[in-house]
Amino acid sequence: MTARPVLSIRNLQVEFRSGEARTLVVPEVSLDIMPGESYGLVGESGCGKTTTALAVMGYLGKGGRIASGNIFLEDEDLVKASPEHLRSVRGRRIGMVYQEPASTLNPTMTIGRQLLEVPIYHLGMSKAEARKLVLATLEDVRMPDPASIMQRYPHQISGGQQQRIVIAMALLARPALILLDEPTAGLDVTVEAVVLDLIMSLRKKYGTSLLFISHNLAQVAKVCDRVGVMYSGVIVEEAPVAELFGKSRHPYTQGLIACVPDVRAGKQHRTLMPIPGRIPLPSERPGGCFFGPRCMHAVKGLCDVSAVPLVQLADSVHAVRCLRAEEGVAPPAAVTGGELKVAPVLGEGLSVTGLSKIYDAPQGGKLVANDDLDIAAARGEILSIVGESGCGKSTFARIIAGLDTPSRGRISFGGRLLAEAGRKGRKAAAQRTVQMVFQNPDGTLNPSHSVGWPIRRVLAKFGLARSAVDVERRTRELFEIVRLPVELATRRPSELSGGQKQRVAIARAFASNPELVVADEPVSALDVSVQAAVVTLLLDIQRHNATTMVFISHDLALVRHIADRVAVMYLGKVMEQGTVEEIFSPPHHPYTEALLSAVSVTEAHQGGIRLTGDTPSPVNLPKGCRFASRCPRKLGPICDSEAPPVQAASPTHEIACHIPLEQLRNPPPLAARPGSAE
Amino acid sequence: MSVEVQPAVAVNPLQPSSRRLFRRVLRSPTALTGLFLVAFWVVLAVLAPILPILPPNDQDMIAMGNPYPSAQHLLGTDVLGRDILSRLIFGARTVLQVAPLAVAVAMIVGIAIGLLAGYFGGWVDMLIGRLSDIVLAFPVIVLYVVLISNVGPSVFNIVVATTVASAPGIGRIVRGLVLVLKHQGYVDAAKMRGESTLHIMFVEILPNCRGPLIVDACLRLGYTIITIGILGFLGLGLPPPTPDWGGMVRETTTVINIWPHMSLIPSGAIVSLVLGFNLLADGIGEGNKQR
Repeated sequence: MTARPVLSIRNLQVEFRSGEARTLVVPEVSLDIMPGESYGLVGESGCGKTTTALAVMGYLGKGGRIASGNIFLEDEDLVKASPEHLRSVRGRRIGMVYQEPASTLNPTMTIGRQLLEVPIYHLGMSKAEARKLVLATLEDVRMPDPASIMQRYPHQISGGQQQRIVIAMALLARPALILLDEPTAGLDVTVEAVVLDLIMSLRKKYGTSLLFISHNLAQVAKVCDRVGVMYSGVIVEEAPVAELFGKSRHPYTQGLIACVPDVRAGKQHRTLMPIPGRIPLPSERPGGCFFGPRCMHAVKGLCDVSAVPLVQLADSVHAVRCLRAEEGVAPPAAVTGGELKVAPVLGEGLSVTGLSKIYDAPQGGKLVANDDLDIAAARGEILSIVGESGCGKSTFARIIAGLDTPSRGRISFGGRLLAEAGRKGRKAAAQRTVQMVFQNPDGTLNPSHSVGWPIRRVLAKFGLARSAVDVERRTRELFEIVRLPVELATRRPSELSGGQKQRVAIARAFASNPELVVADEPVSALDVSVQAAVVTLLLDIQRHNATTMVFISHDLALVRHIADRVAVMYLGKVMEQGTVEEIFSPPHHPYTEALLSAVSVTEAHQGGIRLTGDTPSPVNLPKGCRFASRCPRKLGPICDSEAPPVQAASPTHEIACHIPLEQLRNPPPLAARPGSAE
Repeated sequence: MSVEVQPAVAVNPLQPSSRRLFRRVLRSPTALTGLFLVAFWVVLAVLAPILPILPPNDQDMIAMGNPYPSAQHLLGTDVLGRDILSRLIFGARTVLQVAPLAVAVAMIVGIAIGLLAGYFGGWVDMLIGRLSDIVLAFPVIVLYVVLISNVGPSVFNIVVATTVASAPGIGRIVRGLVLVLKHQGYVDAAKMRGESTLHIMFVEILPNCRGPLIVDACLRLGYTIITIGILGFLGLGLPPPTPDWGGMVRETTTVINIWPHMSLIPSGAIVSLVLGFNLLADGIGEGNKQR
């Protein structure tokens, strides 16, 4: 097997210049992609994976420059190619799918016109021929009614459809290679699963090679044949996918795998192992191994001496940039069970009854964000609300936190009334007991004030510290609890990393000794290794203070890891709720089933349950079951006309569905699964 | 479509913000040029009483016959034999007192209505928005002329006129910023610790409007200087014999064919000062964008 690679990157160095300063963002990358191969490039943000892709496309922009090295596309060196020539290569021989489909497509042109440009320009086709090809390709990416889609503008179709258009556009000229840069970022899990399936099936059909860039290990494991792990601008390990996940040799890869939560195990069974420290900036890369300072296996006088080369292991398919790879370093031992018991249940906690939130929709009609929710959590428990975007989970979080008032229903905590329809505002005493951690680390701290300032304000507002000395002491304590150096308290938020900001946000939320903390996607914007550290920290503090927590997330694996109780929401309604074990084992609501299938690791190549279509608008909802329009197990007209009954599978486990529990206990027959036919 | 490449590793080392603003000005050639022009006039205006120049209202009857620049009158004299250099410097004093005062008052009013409209939304926003529309629909200069010619020229009236004309524009900028900023996590966090609405508006939100507002203030200073010039030119400026650049041009336009320097020199002064503020605004604005 000595086929020539489609893409061969040799000793690529990329630097960025701003003013006098030069930053070597990518010190050395070499990789080969064979015909028909799918190569995954994984790493955390700032590791240089996108820069590498941009270098291949010749898109580095003004500040960026390929300092040395070669990029061979088949036989031709793209580094030496003229800009005109590169233009004919892009789109023709290399297709690209970017992160955000909405900004990839031109909003002022119809989709048809944008697609037609590709074959007309690159393949010199006539308009009629081009149209035929475009229609066929749209069929391939499974767009319903291609002819009418071509007439529309990008904003008239959903995000998932937009991404399919972008994929179609990349495929049109039948390129030898497609670069995909985080192609599913910003899509819901069920849509993401469909897009990934599509990419895999198209790859089989056309035999196109893929360079798949992602920070998501599970995704790479699904889609790729071979994987390169990037760290601080270099590839630290490269191996076939099974080998990499089964027998990783580099401590960084091992660390990454250990810090990703898994849908199959909860917090009682496994702790996440965060990697200490953070990715070094190009200017502060250490001598020797770049990962050295964060590595638990680093040996002084060996690893910090000189640059570490990427060495092929004896089996010749596995390459590692680690001096201790041959002796075999063990992955971090997973801590299991032991003292990591669930916090003891301390009586009555959060109780939500008949909660609804209805807005007047701008187009007229009613937008039902939350509809008649009955949810409860005992004191000291973590209640997770899962669902895709638009399901009303953030509205729910804001109402619990007191930032919004319910339209109907009431919320109480520990027997005390927190909120009720028609009652505005909360007493300071009630407010102190409920605090919140927000989603976006960049917006959570005021850029105009020091990091310690909001914490001191919390202490002052609730009268928790009597004197300036008290305030200082307590601030110091809180910083210690979230494991940040107290010197940071005088800094501005812009000097902190995303993970550090979220830690400050946690310190701020716990500063008033709350009994209930609402966390709205607190780690979704963070890198996996940082995410693990922040989640572990949050769990530690929650357990130590026996705080009740409402944890909002779209990430099922994370929910599995963190929650005691789970409520699955769809379009403002609870589809299923129960303890974490009950939710993650049958009987499932069909929606839960689809969510689980979308993130399942084992079903990767068997075609799991895939939802068609998109979440309908929450304005003027149908009378029947909300999920009926997308349900793969829909019974018939009853689902559209009648609201489903809430069935109790156990005293704590409720499922709102017309399908009898007996049938829900069994997985749907394989033939009924859309997608299994392909 | 151009792909803006921002290496994910880029960092912003931060100093305290006022020092940061100053550094930014020093680093941008545009802002530095603007700063130089503005500083030039500010220094002259401040030092006017102790500079070795003639009193601005003294008439030199002998020079009236030959008003061109001479050793005694470096920039010549005007039709009444008054020293142009002196009137220019004292005129700078006038304009640099009135314009910043007018802009400051307009800013205070504009920020207040912008904060109210953006933060509360609903009918408050509607009311402020519609009233602003009415004011903004007037041609600015007509507005000034109508106001000043009815109430008479004075510093106070110029300040009032500028405020009426500029506050709606400033209000819009602030409103737009507040609409975004009020949904930030830190505003919710402030609500959750029971901060008052005033605290949220002025301590949490307003400081983050700083960047665009500084740029806008510089631009408005320039516009206001032009406006004061126009008012002076129309005879609606400060009452004579107060040295006033617009007034200087007005008094001498009739003789522009014979003694062009009399009107061109004060015109040039207006241009240089306005340009200075505009360049300063551009330079600071560039820095804001880069952030």
